Amino acid sequence: MLIFEQSRPGRAATAQSPLHSQDCADIPTSQLRTDAPSLPEVSELQAVRHYTRLSQKNFSIDTNFYPLGSCTMKYNPRACNTLAMLPGFLARHPLGPASAGQGFMACLYELQEMLKEVTGMQAVSLTPAAGAQGEFAGVAMIRAYHVARNDTARTEILVPDAAHGTNPATATMCGYTVHEIPTDKQGDVDLDALKAAVGPHTAGIMLTNPSTLGIFERRIKDIAKIVHDAGGLLYYDGANLNAILGKVRPGDMGFDVIHMNLHKTFSTPHGGGGPGAGPVGVSARLEPFLPVPMVGIDGDEYVWITEKEKPQSIGRLSAFMGNAGVLLRAYIYARMLGHEGMHRVAEYATLNANYLMAKLRDAGFDVAFPNRRATHEFIVTLKKQEKELGTSAMDFAKRLLDFGYHAPTTYFPMLVPECLLIEPSETEAKEDLDGFVAAMVRILDEARSTPEVLKEAPHTQPVRRLDDVRAARELDLTWKAPAA
Amino acid sequence: MSNIPADLKYTKSHEWLKLAADGTALVGITEHAQDQLGDMVYVEVPDAGRSVKANEACAVVESVKAASDVYAPVAGDVIEGNAGLADAPESVNQDPYGSGWLLKLKVADTAAVDALMDAAAYAAFVAAEEH
Repeated sequence: MLIFEQSRPGRAATAQSPLHSQDCADIPTSQLRTDAPSLPEVSELQAVRHYTRLSQKNFSIDTNFYPLGSCTMKYNPRACNTLAMLPGFLARHPLGPASAGQGFMACLYELQEMLKEVTGMQAVSLTPAAGAQGEFAGVAMIRAYHVARNDTARTEILVPDAAHGTNPATATMCGYTVHEIPTDKQGDVDLDALKAAVGPHTAGIMLTNPSTLGIFERRIKDIAKIVHDAGGLLYYDGANLNAILGKVRPGDMGFDVIHMNLHKTFSTPHGGGGPGAGPVGVSARLEPFLPVPMVGIDGDEYVWITEKEKPQSIGRLSAFMGNAGVLLRAYIYARMLGHEGMHRVAEYATLNANYLMAKLRDAGFDVAFPNRRATHEFIVTLKKQEKELGTSAMDFAKRLLDFGYHAPTTYFPMLVPECLLIEPSETEAKEDLDGFVAAMVRILDEARSTPEVLKEAPHTQPVRRLDDVRAARELDLTWKAPAA
Repeated sequence: MSNIPADLKYTKSHEWLKLAADGTALVGITEHAQDQLGDMVYVEVPDAGRSVKANEACAVVESVKAASDVYAPVAGDVIEGNAGLADAPESVNQDPYGSGWLLKLKVADTAAVDALMDAAAYAAFVAAEEH
């Protein structure tokens, strides 16, 4: 029940307290509203119960395994939250002088430096407020670079067909046309198709490595050479950075620009729409175009770098420093990990993914690329089960909810039919991975013996199977008061 | 194996084309394509008068799983987009070779149609892709 439906005229939080009319005599009448706002009228207890119940319906990493591929749903250490909420950080006013925010600025400066080190890029700007905005900043810089060189015939961005949907969307938002590059049977970018596609019209290529197929793009050096020789730039989508943290650096692979999802790789809370943080890193030739503000150092003092110092900047993407609280959490996380910890993240993320993949394969599931080692995620295809038993990937995903697991990413990437993209992350224990395997095995047994149990799932959730076709065709997101 | 009518021409990106004697052609997506995409929720068709090149994205089909471009099998001028799909996108699922057609083209060069796959070649292509 919506809180609006609980509303009764005249009811208020102070139900049993004597009401005193508010004296607004000192506010000019022109500034006072004449009608009451349309808000639910409920008691304090009703409001508390309503929102407590809603919070209990939340699915979160704090309660259950969340193997959502390409989203890196890992545990968020409590220390990051605690330290980011120190009064000095919370009470800092963004319009205060730099001299009064040196501690905050020191953290951001060091975060810039650490992200440079771990990605192998020349410079980093922290301001983009999410991954999509980081992507936008990255491609806007590619455009600014070509424009600054009067190289305006470059109108096309190349995107592999396995890419995240945000990549072609970003390129389009930045005014480019998108040319899709196919993937070969081994899951790598088709080099012949790439060679045929590049030319004086190529502004760049957007790549995720490891790709969304959960495998490392082995010929990245060749790809970099083909695109660079044609005068294009290489964009790195950092969504899958968790797999390679501290092991191999996008800068060393030849990338010119990268966005990082701090809310994935650097373990800040996400999954409910943010807030996120999507810092961008660049090679030397794109450095003049970075979004501002950034933090610099002058002698022993931290200073803001703004449009004044960076006249070719693509500009500002958010108020002040973007989601500063998220940046602080990521900074603390990175400091806790240190150099050694970064390596361990990549090692355990890939170990967990390969363990889970091997267990599921042994249990009778088909892996999309059986000859390739998984990175931090891998794909199971249920094509055989769909054909022989009539149970789809969506049926498996919905049934997993009944066993207390968030469903993996379904039907993405589109290249693999009836797929589940599974990413356990490094923070799950072996026993939890085994529990997930046991649930998948049981669902596979049910698919053979009682497929209707899958088809009708979920059985234990607040709502049953949703009609996603009707939801999309008759989109209706607003509540309207019933006619009196 | 899904339905692949013998009198149509096909592309590797799973469009079909039906050429009429007057040099116009209907274009849609194949039964196999709609089956892979799942239930349609939105279809965007081009306006009449637009010129399209071969392999140019000229329509969008959006299902519960994904939004996909539809490519013009051959070059030509759009005579009509199927306006009926705005209210009934499910036609693409239910009747992909009939009421689920997407656009009608005035084909620039009918010889280009001969270069498209026939039903047997498309069936072999789908079988190989499935493998």
